Amino acid sequence: MSYWALSLTLIFVLIPLLLSKTLNLGLGRDMTVATIRSIIQLLAVGYVLKFVFDSESLLYIFLMVALMIVAATHNAQKKGAAIQGITWKIAVTLIFVEVLTQGILIGFNITPATAQYIIPISGMVIGNSMVLSILFLNRFTAEVEDHQDQTELILSLGGTPKQAIHRQLINSIKASMIPTIESQKTVGLVQLPGMMSGQIIAGADPIQAVQFQLLIMFLLLTTAAVTSVFLGYLSYPTLFNKRMQLLKG
Amino acid sequence: MSTQYKPAIHFQHVDYRIGDIEILNDITGSFPQGRITTLVGPSGAGKSTLLKLCNGLISPANGEIFVKDKAIGEYDPVELRRMVGMALQSAPMVNGTVYENLNLPLELQGQQLAKEEALELLEDVGLKGDLLERKVKELSGGQRQKVSIARTLVNKPEILLMDEITSSLDRASKLEVEELISKINRKYKTTIIWITHNLQQALEIGDYTWVMMDGQVVETGESSLLEDPQNDRVEEFVKGVVS
Repeated sequence: MSYWALSLTLIFVLIPLLLSKTLNLGLGRDMTVATIRSIIQLLAVGYVLKFVFDSESLLYIFLMVALMIVAATHNAQKKGAAIQGITWKIAVTLIFVEVLTQGILIGFNITPATAQYIIPISGMVIGNSMVLSILFLNRFTAEVEDHQDQTELILSLGGTPKQAIHRQLINSIKASMIPTIESQKTVGLVQLPGMMSGQIIAGADPIQAVQFQLLIMFLLLTTAAVTSVFLGYLSYPTLFNKRMQLLKG
Repeated sequence: MSTQYKPAIHFQHVDYRIGDIEILNDITGSFPQGRITTLVGPSGAGKSTLLKLCNGLISPANGEIFVKDKAIGEYDPVELRRMVGMALQSAPMVNGTVYENLNLPLELQGQQLAKEEALELLEDVGLKGDLLERKVKELSGGQRQKVSIARTLVNKPEILLMDEITSSLDRASKLEVEELISKINRKYKTTIIWITHNLQQALEIGDYTWVMMDGQVVETGESSLLEDPQNDRVEEFVKGVVS
């Protein structure tokens, strides 16, 4: 794409800005900030990626992935403020998911251990894991709050904290995984995934693009399941003390 | 409080607070074993909090609680809660059938309640056996409350805590539940600690009573104290409730 063509894409920013102004939506400032931020952030990432790819240094790959995990943790932890030690729990979850998925990909030689594969795939895995963490924490804190009587009922009948919180935990894990599963059911019918579309536009063979997309989708399914379950089982014990009492936020 | 009976639960200078707010202040006294003690007092007096302290759902900020002469902290929480059962006004149920709810206490221990035992429990609480497979959603308030009591009895508790279990029931159901509790007390020698707003109920059912106000126990004794309170505030409260 030429720079002229790239500049013309700003038309797609002007249309919503115009609509916002005409209908008094009050979104003009937010959209402008979002546009400027996306230009700066993506250009910066582009140059950083070029540098990392050219250097072929494992240290830079590691630093890039670490940066992604730190940023994702920072973003997700706000939703779980009520849970003690949530920041490190999210960080451990993201690290576990990243190590597991890259371990399988590289270990089974599904993708090469190069920056060109590790960094974009890690971005998708960590980003997805972050969203899943937010969805899970949102639902879990609401479930715990809304079903406090159920939790106390099980405890008062001599149940353990794990038994007392089991239903809320399972509901939250299921609810946070639904968007991932549902989007996979309609993929190709309703929309073409971004990565696959990007590859096709860039001139790749559509069948090869589909193969990579399948890899990513299956990867994201594991990411979703492992994130919710891992974070759930890390989080619930901190809702109780040693005397098996429900701690109230 | 009477000295005839051993204490099932004894409070010794117990305080409880949430943050800076004092909910219970210097509670001292005993609940006699095998008897029915009612807790009465205005809303916000700390009665429900005191009940939760009895089965370790919460712990005191200061002081000691003894259950059957043993400090509450020395019990395994699971063992304690099976020994000190609790039934709540809201009678919370898990989704499913009456049987699934009755089976819950044993399911938590990896066991299963025999259908015959479940039917016996229903009979004990005055419910018909054909309710066993009924969804709890379809039960009336009185039936739910009886199922909740029956479920608590599955653990065969030695002490039974009840938080306003009849306050939302109609008169007929209320009388049935009162009779049931008296029967449980007589049949199993279960110690009963019962929160009620109904002073007539406290007089008729309770052997002893604690009157609580503003997080403190202001008067204790045989239930007849409610007919002739010694404390001015209690007298005022009784008059207010009766009139």
